[in-house]
Amino acid sequence: MSKTVQTIHIALAGNPNAGKTTLFNSLTGARQHVGNYPGVTVEKKEGVFFHEEQEIKVVDLPGTYSLTAYSVEELVARDYLVNEQPDVVVNIVDASNLERNLYLSCQFLELGVPLVIALNMIDVAEKRGILVDTKKLSELTGVPVVPLIARSGKGIPELLQTVQKVCQTAPPCQTLIRYGADIDEALRELVPMIEQHKLLGNTYPASWTALKILENDEQIVAKVMLEDMTVGQQLIDRSAALARHLQDTLDAYPETVIADHRYGFVRSILRQGEVTQITEQDRLYASDQIDKVVTNRVVGPLLMAAVLLGLYSFTFNWSGIFVDWLGLFFELLGNVTEFLLPDGPIKSMIISGVIDGVGGVLGFVPIIMFMFFGIAVLEDSGYLARVAFMMDRIFHFFGLHGSSVMPFIISGGIAGGCAVPGVLAARTLRSPKERMATLLTVPFMNCGAKFPVLTLIIAAFFPNHQAMYMFLATLVAWLVALLTAKFLRMTLLKGESTPFVMELPPYRLPTLKGLFIHTWERTWQYIKKAGTVILGISILLWAMMTYPGLPSEKVAAFETMRQQVIASADAPSKLLRIDQLEAKAGLRHSIAGRIGIALEPISRFAGFDWRTNIALVGGFAAKEVIVSTLGTAYSLGEADQEKTTSLKDRLSQDKHWNPIAALAFLFFIMFYSPCLVTVVAIAKEAGSWKWAFFSMGFNTIFAFTMAVGIFQLGNLLGIG
Amino acid sequence: MNLRKMHTGQSGIIASVKIGGSLGLRIREMGLVPGTEITVTGRAPLYDPVKLRINGQTLTLRNSEADYIEVETEPAQGKA
Repeated sequence: MSKTVQTIHIALAGNPNAGKTTLFNSLTGARQHVGNYPGVTVEKKEGVFFHEEQEIKVVDLPGTYSLTAYSVEELVARDYLVNEQPDVVVNIVDASNLERNLYLSCQFLELGVPLVIALNMIDVAEKRGILVDTKKLSELTGVPVVPLIARSGKGIPELLQTVQKVCQTAPPCQTLIRYGADIDEALRELVPMIEQHKLLGNTYPASWTALKILENDEQIVAKVMLEDMTVGQQLIDRSAALARHLQDTLDAYPETVIADHRYGFVRSILRQGEVTQITEQDRLYASDQIDKVVTNRVVGPLLMAAVLLGLYSFTFNWSGIFVDWLGLFFELLGNVTEFLLPDGPIKSMIISGVIDGVGGVLGFVPIIMFMFFGIAVLEDSGYLARVAFMMDRIFHFFGLHGSSVMPFIISGGIAGGCAVPGVLAARTLRSPKERMATLLTVPFMNCGAKFPVLTLIIAAFFPNHQAMYMFLATLVAWLVALLTAKFLRMTLLKGESTPFVMELPPYRLPTLKGLFIHTWERTWQYIKKAGTVILGISILLWAMMTYPGLPSEKVAAFETMRQQVIASADAPSKLLRIDQLEAKAGLRHSIAGRIGIALEPISRFAGFDWRTNIALVGGFAAKEVIVSTLGTAYSLGEADQEKTTSLKDRLSQDKHWNPIAALAFLFFIMFYSPCLVTVVAIAKEAGSWKWAFFSMGFNTIFAFTMAVGIFQLGNLLGIG
Repeated sequence: MNLRKMHTGQSGIIASVKIGGSLGLRIREMGLVPGTEITVTGRAPLYDPVKLRINGQTLTLRNSEADYIEVETEPAQGKA
């Protein structure tokens, strides 16, 4: 399979936090493409680069500790290796934790893929007194080993040379790992059976298939049964016999005995002298010292609250000037269009539909960019994992899983995420019930699309404490989401909780390059969404709000009124008033207006008038649309429609709005039906539309109850 | 001694991990296998999960998972 003339195809694999992404970024730089693996929603990062005129395609596989069938990431990683058959698998190994990292390497050896071990962070390991003899390690594993410092780029040229060399030679796929007498014996029986019947022969080595059957690997067992029921049953029976025997003699399970022997293999390598530990005592390095403060019982939670609040301040205060600039730019664009185009539906569409709609969304790009930058700092530094560590007890209490923290945070737990990737991130959860509870509650988080609406309302009605109110909005979202999760786990999703084990990565100073790449990736996804979906919906909604136009006799009636006042002394102000009345009548007459009015008898209990209703209906398509719809609704509803003055100012001056109505509106937006895309995602992830419809209905009723409660109570107390 | 009962600063060597299935594998793939030295380095503000030092890395696990892990401890020397 020598392909040296063509593109070399390499896959980066390894433990989380072993430096995979750092290596990937320094190999590909900005020339990377982020997508999904087919059929599943695990992020797939690809890139192409040149090394000495050799084109190399590189794929960053999801970070895993193992290759079992228990998580989607692991399935994706191993399916990719088997189906795409990369020319070389570069296994990034953290030199300071060889034992656990080599456990994964063992499984690559079992799978028989062409392997190169990149021994990363040798500088860190050396500081801890761990010296690795790479030659010896290479001899013992039968795989080339290249020392590497991915952060500084040291060792990358040597790594690529080795990759090229491995490409030209056939891979050694003989595994040297033994699993103890009982399992080895079972393997000796199973392998010939598998070979004889050519079970999964085109995809997996027979020894690997046999091992997986003994491990009772769901995916492989299912595949074998699909191909040959009779032989499959024989294999399973033999495996069950082994399991019984191990249970009787060792009080152990086959998969754990196999795991223990992999460690035995790793340890025998480590013992044979390729590792010298000089300073065994040096256990308290910087990370521990930081953790002593950061996860301290008292200081930890306070610091966590401070960090999150700090993130908001950073996001708001530092991005403000850019937001103003963008606002000015769109105002200018509106004015120029106003000046250049003749009056008519096209002009109205461009100003009210396109400029107001897209401007309303793009205007928030600086805020979102600052926030993603902040989140990237927390993520890359390792602090986010500490948040999960400190929060787990709470999540566990609410019937969720510690890993739920990630979907929640991605969905907007630190405001500015998106429920769509959040829902998809819940795939990492292993327990179906906790996963479902997470799926159904993450849409309550303040995603990046609700964020502009919240910002708008808070800026209009609570201008003096913006950061504080945003912070409170996030706390309330968390509280509601967690209580709902608990409620669901006690009623519809009853059942035992699954435990978890996780790693706290050492603290690292994030690299600027990594931060910028992460920030840009996420911001770009937001812009792409804003630029395409939102533009389309914005125009559609403009049409809904414009058509059908007023019947001709009404237009004539307004014209008659104009003729009557045109000669009077204060003609301009009277004409303006008539224009306003006509515009409002037009909107009420439109499709959107009719929907809004139809809902008003119910929605007025929460203080929403028909224009708000239009925006909320539009918000189901995508929450970003709420702002642009309000913008369109208000600019169309007023006579000076071609002027794109700040929507914030318009709202704060409107008589229908006051702080209490605004608060009810905020609560409704935070908790009502997830947007269309999220609903579709929930339906797909949950495997049925039942749950998607449940989340639409349940959330909307819940949000409306909250909004009515706030509005009525507020008016009763006379706060509004 | 059961891992749950160990206090901060206490070290020991894992004697057995009495659990199979996905949790059993998960515990093992993270390096918690018999013969490995561990040190309890702390607990979350709400006492659960527990934080361990193992092979130069920091792992966390809930008390309910720690229950399956038996540890051969040295004579207690850490602070409670």
